[in-house]
Order: sequence, then structure tokens, then C-alpha cells
Amino acid sequence: HLPSLRVQVLIRTIRTARTQAEEREMIQKECAAIRSSFREEDNTYRCRNVAKLLYMHMLGYPAHFGQLECLKLIASQKFTDKRIGYLGAMLLLDERQDVHLLMTNCIKNDLNHSTQYVQGLSLCTLGCMGSSEMCRDLAGEVEKLLKTSNSYLRKKAALCAVHVIRKVPELMEMFLPATKNLLSEKNHGVLHTSVVLLTEMCERSPDMLSHFRKLVPQLVRILKNLIMSGYSPEHDVSGISDPFLQVRILRLLRILGKGDDDSSEAMNDILAQVATNTETSKNVGNAILYETVLTIMDIKSESGLRVLAINILGRFLLNNDKNIRYVALTSLLKTVQTDHNAVQRHRSTIVDCLKDLDVSIKRRAMELSFALVNGNNIRGMMKELLYFLDSCDPDFKADCASGIFLAAEKYAPSKRWHIDTVMRVLTTAGSYVRDDSVPNLIQLITNSVEMHAYTVQRLYKALLDDISQQPLVQVASWCIGEYGDLLVSGQCEEEEPIQVSEDEVLDVLEGLLVSNLSTPVTRAYSLTAIMKLSTRFSSVNRIKKVVSIYGSSIDVELQQRAVEYNALFKKYDHMRPALLERMPIMEKTATNGPTDIAQTNGETDSTILDTKHLPSITHPARRCNYHICFCLAGIPPMTAYNKNGLKIEFTFERSNPSPNIAVITIHATNSTEADMTEFVFQAAVPKTFQLQLLSPSSNVVPALNQGSVTQVIRVLNPQKQQLRMRIKLTYTHKGSPVQDLAEVNNFPPQSWQ
Amino acid sequence: MQFMLLFSRQGKLRLQKWYVPLSDKEKKKITRELVQTVLARKPKMCSFLEWRDLKIVYKRYASLYFCCAIEDQDNELITLEIIHRYVELLDKYFGSVCELDIIFNFEKAYFILDEFLLGGEAQETSKKNVLKAIEQADLLQEVSTQSVTSEHLCKCIATPQ
Repeated sequence: HLPSLRVQVLIRTIRTARTQAEEREMIQKECAAIRSSFREEDNTYRCRNVAKLLYMHMLGYPAHFGQLECLKLIASQKFTDKRIGYLGAMLLLDERQDVHLLMTNCIKNDLNHSTQYVQGLSLCTLGCMGSSEMCRDLAGEVEKLLKTSNSYLRKKAALCAVHVIRKVPELMEMFLPATKNLLSEKNHGVLHTSVVLLTEMCERSPDMLSHFRKLVPQLVRILKNLIMSGYSPEHDVSGISDPFLQVRILRLLRILGKGDDDSSEAMNDILAQVATNTETSKNVGNAILYETVLTIMDIKSESGLRVLAINILGRFLLNNDKNIRYVALTSLLKTVQTDHNAVQRHRSTIVDCLKDLDVSIKRRAMELSFALVNGNNIRGMMKELLYFLDSCDPDFKADCASGIFLAAEKYAPSKRWHIDTVMRVLTTAGSYVRDDSVPNLIQLITNSVEMHAYTVQRLYKALLDDISQQPLVQVASWCIGEYGDLLVSGQCEEEEPIQVSEDEVLDVLEGLLVSNLSTPVTRAYSLTAIMKLSTRFSSVNRIKKVVSIYGSSIDVELQQRAVEYNALFKKYDHMRPALLERMPIMEKTATNGPTDIAQTNGETDSTILDTKHLPSITHPARRCNYHICFCLAGIPPMTAYNKNGLKIEFTFERSNPSPNIAVITIHATNSTEADMTEFVFQAAVPKTFQLQLLSPSSNVVPALNQGSVTQVIRVLNPQKQQLRMRIKLTYTHKGSPVQDLAEVNNFPPQSWQ
Repeated sequence: MQFMLLFSRQGKLRLQKWYVPLSDKEKKKITRELVQTVLARKPKMCSFLEWRDLKIVYKRYASLYFCCAIEDQDNELITLEIIHRYVELLDKYFGSVCELDIIFNFEKAYFILDEFLLGGEAQETSKKNVLKAIEQADLLQEVSTQSVTSEHLCKCIATPQ
């Protein structure tokens, strides 16, 4: 048969393929040849064939039929075979396949091989891909090698031990004795891997951590020697001696010093020394400084040292190397809460980073900027952040807008400024604003009573320019519906009032209804706004016409509203003014307010802006609408229960086929800060009634009125007796179970008569 | 380190070292996505990016991208030095290394990597020692391909350090 192609010849051949199909053909041909060679148990060329297979595997072709061959290679006595065999095992085998266990015995033998390079191969393979079972079986061998005087093997055994511990944490104890004199080694390889091993053990076990604290002086000494020692060609990188080891030692010191006064004190001097003496012109020096800063910030360091660390980060921000700027911003983000004032001093540099070209740097600069906003710098910061919002990536705009809203709410120097800021966001990034911003902004506007005229005017003008940004359009519609009377009567004091007629306003709102740019939600807002103007404008006939047209809209939401609004003009005209009157000032639910953290080092009052949490209220427009709906069904809704932040409202429908059945829907909402989970609603009625409880929509009542749980109850009342109910509520709140019983006696007469 | 990938500017994989257990399918998916993400980066961007819950550190040397995935507590800047050290080792071994060397001698690239890193961590911080070990192992390999008295010669060459 054909002689087996040499690996490099195969590679060259495959690379001549001009199409994917051609390549696949070559590969298939070669694989067939390799397969038959494997079947024939050809020892001579097995190694070469597996190597070729590995190349083809890297190109993306299947190579599982070579797995057993790798095992045969590993078992061979030839070093070449073992080298390729172990490589193949690491590339083709994984711990999910039982076949990998067949390696265990070979590895065990090779761990005890007379040739250290064979031992090295097996240690490497075990440390790279050993499964838990393999690690259990072979941990003893690894532990033995951890105590050898052969540094070539000892360093590998240390990292192999790390892997064993990661896979089988219970085995950590057995490596403890061998760690005794690891740090006395002169060999840097052993030192480095030993520090990694110690780090792993300390991170996993508080007992180990306390045990190894006594190593701090020794670690400090080693670090000191590295810094003070003269030029060592073997370990030198740009004038720094073994930066890899320095970084790992600093990281271990961080873990050992954290929360421990004595250890922190013992390392204080060396940290200061590294921080001040390390060369910063190259990446390698900055890598060490970076690790040093992280350590200083994490342990109980003196305030002087902390300031030094923050200043290093501040200098990093000015570095030409964008990688350095990136890690500086990341680190500053971590420390902004605990060392707020120190970070504030670098605020202008941080703000400059908003203009950086790198996306990740910009994002971090944005997050940091929000964290640094306070009552003193709000005007200046907001200018920068609004400018940033204008030009930043679309990916950021939502987060940026949310952050701006939150900052404005906390620190607005005046209501006018607040409204202007909101307007600016809506007009420049209006389509990126989150959905839940709309109700929040509506609440803000409602409660800024003296700004109503100004707000509606600005929003109206914005609509004239652009109706594509839905959140803007929704807020504007709502506002015009509420305050349209102020708009046409030109009551604005803050700026020159515009002259606009009722018809012009209605033109704009009707324009939203027909525009392709408007979403269904936006159309609903517009229709409701038009309706509300029927009690504020005199052109009622025009409004009646619009409303009646939409009574046959294919959009079900719009149709329903239009039908109900029609009814408001006819049968329920007497209710119309009351229903459509101005919204009152809304109660604010709890927001995530600034958190005061008691500062170490006497620094005061940090404020955190958590850009992910926004204050929220039940959507006022929606609320208004469902009240109208159910009013029109004739039976007003009622509050059945309202205690400890849990509010349960009942709404009613008559079940048409059988007027003796009342269909009640419960709506449970939660105004507290924590979700109410495992929420269960139960009800009992007197004997003359029958009750059926259908499944609830969910059993989590979200915090801050961000949603409700609904559930339908059907009550059969053949004797038309006065409806009474006893309800039982159970739920878990902030980890504790809550239970309550209540009587519901305030059913409206229409619900049972 | 969770894994290291080497790939060309056309997205062809030249080396893949995985230090976490994943199925072939998962590895392919990760590789595909990550290669795409890194190749889309502009030259002015920094060498770090967040991807899933990992930190990615990458650097381009000539026509090859060296890409590492590290964990939250790992130092990005020193990882750049790790990558650079690996490149130096390849360069010393092959003599002015280029992509073709890595293509035609991929197994050597793995052997060198496996003398430098183990389980995702550096096992040897001295360039000289890594190269010496590779040199000795290569010698052992040469000897062992001669089927005569290979075992005896193996024992001679394998001197503890």
C-alpha cells in the first residue's frame, strides 16, 4: 500500500486546495488512509498519522477515531510517540468521555519514569486536563513529586497540584506538608508555581489562609530581593527582575493582608517601595504597579499609601498607552465607593476619557462619571454627560440616558434645569430611552406643578420637529393631553409663549395616530390625550369625530378605548369631566437613594448612583384607562387589602351566560423595595356561596410596583346574598415568611345584586 | 488562564490550548465567536475586552493574533507580558518566527507552550530554562527515533537540573 505521507507534506498539499470542497476531498482521502493504517495496528507510522490527524482536527474536521491511538502512543516506550500521544490526548480527549480514564495507568507509570522529560509530559497532561477521577487516583504521585529536589519536576508538580485541588477540593489537605519549604527554593520556576499553589489554597480555605499568614515576612523578603538585586540576565524584562514572580507575590500578599492588621502592616513598606520605585515607561513596570495598587486598595493600608495608589491610577489615566488607561478606569471603578474623595480629584481626567476612541474605555469612563456626580458638580458633569450622550455609540445610549435621569433626579439644582435636562435627553436620544422612563418622567412632570406650561410648550415644539422617537412622543402626548389648555392659552412664563390653536394641537395628535412611525402604544397615548382635551378644549365635536372613527380600528387596544370614550360622550357624559380631570400629584415610591458608606480614613459621604435601578410608579396613563374601562362596566373596582406595602384590588365583570356568577380579578401590587415571592392568595366565602379560584399569573409580586400578580375568582351567588369574603395571604419578603388574614366586606352592591 | 487561541487575520486557527473542560462543539462555538469579535476590533482599540464573564487579552504579531481568556482576578497587563514571552520563545526557537513556521511545525509550538505554561499558569519564568528543556526534549526525540539502544540513551540525556 501507499507509503504514509509525512506530516509537512500533507500540510503543504492541503494548503494547495483552492476551494473548501477540494480541501474536504483531500482530507477525506487522507483520513481513509489513516483509518486503515490504524486498523492494521501499524506501529511505525502511528505517531505520524496521529500528528496528521491533529492538523486536520485544527482545521475543523472530526478526529475522534484517533483517540484510542493517542492512548497507544502514550503507552509506547518511544519518546516521540509519547510526545505526540500526550499532545493528542490533550487535544482530542476530554473528561466527558470514559476513554480518557484509560490514560490513568499510563500517566501513573510515566510520573515515575526514569526520564524527567517523560515525567514532565505526564505532569503537564494531568495538570491540563485531568478529570476528578484521574486526580483522585494520581494525587499521591503528584504530592511525591512536589517534594523532589529536582526543580524541573517540582515546579510542574506544584501547578499540577493546583489543578488537582481545583478538581477535587477535598484533597487540598494532603498537599499541606509538601508546602513547608517551597518558598526556600532559589529556583524562580519553583518559586513562581509555589506562590500560585499557595494562592489557590488560601483562596479556597480560610484555615489555610490563617495558616499561611506567617509566610508574609518571607514573601516580603523575596520581593525585596527581586527589587534590590542587580541585573539578572536570566530573569530580566526591560530592567525588571522576574516581573511574573513579582506580580504573583503581590497578589498573594493581597489575599494574606486583607482584613488583617498585622499582615497589612508587615507589607506596608515594601508596597510603598514598589509603588514609588518601579519604572513606568514600559508595560511590564505598569503591570507590577497595577498589581501593587490592587493590593494596597484591598488590604488595611495607611491612608497615605491609599492616596499614593489612587494617584498612580490618576497618572495611568494620562498614559499614552490605552491599555494602561483601561486598567486605571477599571480599578478606579472598584475603589470609587471606598475612596470617593481621592477619586474625585481625578474627575476631570476621567471625564476626558469620555472622548477616548476605545469603546471599553468610554464605557468605564461613563460609569465612573456617574459614580462621581454629586450636588457640587452636577451642572458641569451633566454638560459633559449630555455631550457624551449626543455622540456615543448606540449601545451606550440607553444606559447613559438612564444614568442621566437618575443623576438629574438626585441632584437637580432647580426644577427648570431638571425639565430641560430631561428634554435634552428625550430629543437627542429619545429612541434609546428605556420604556420604564416614560412613567417616571410623567410623574416628574406632574409633580413639577409650576413648570407645566413650560414643559408642555417645549414638548409640543419637540413634536413639531420629530415624531420618530417613541418615548419622547409618548411623554409629549400625555403632557399635551393633560396641559393642552395651558398650551393654547399661552401661559408659559419661562420662555416666550408660542401661539398655537386648538386645531393645530389636535392636528399634531391626530398626526401621531396615523403616522407609520408610531407604535401601537404611542397611538394609545395619543388617542387618550385627544380624549382628555375634550374637557380642556372647546372643539369637542372634532374630538368626538376622531374618537368615533377609531371605534372601528383594527388595533384592538385602540378600538376598545375608542368605544369606551364614545360611551363617555354619550351615556356617561356626566362622568366625563371627573374622569378626565387633571392628575393629582403622585406619591413617590421608594427609590434607591444615595447610600452613605461610613468611610475608612475619615472620608465622608460618598454617593453611589446605581444606574440599573430606577424609581418606578404604576403607569398613570394605563391606570387611568383601566379605571375608565371598569367604571364603564358599571361596577367600580375596590381595594380589598392594603397593608405593609401589599395592595390587593378587586375588579369586577358580570359573567354573561350566568348573571349569578361574579367574576372578580384580583390585582396584587407591592410598593416595598423587595420582591414578594412565593405569593399565595386564598379566599373563603360563606356557605351559601361557591367559589372557584383560577391559577394566578405568577407567584412573585415585583417590588416597587413594577408589575402585578393577577388571579381570577368566580363566585356563584344563587341566593343573591351580600358578598363577604375572608382572604389569606402568604408570601416571603426579605427572606422571612409573612402571613395575614383579612375580612373583605366592602364589596360594591352591584357586584352581588 | 482559561484558554489561548492563535489565529490568522483571515480567522484560520493555528493553535488552540484549552485549560477548561469543554465539548468540541462548545470550543468551536467559542472560537468562532471570539475570532469574529477580535477581528472586528479597530487598531486604535485597547488589547482588552469583556466577553461573556471573561476578560480577553489579545495582541497581534505580524499576521497572527494571540488571544487569551483570563479570569476576573488575573492581571491583564502581565498577561500581555506572558503573550510576549511566548512569542519570544517561538522566535528564539525558530529563528525569526513567522506564521508558516507555526503552521508547518504546529506540534513544536504546542511543545514550547507546554514548557512555558501548565494548567494556564507560567511554570518557568526564565527564557533560557524553557529553551533548554525544549532543546533536551528534541534531542531525546531524535535519539528515540533511532530504534537502537534508545532506552539507554534516554537515561543518559535526562539529567536532573
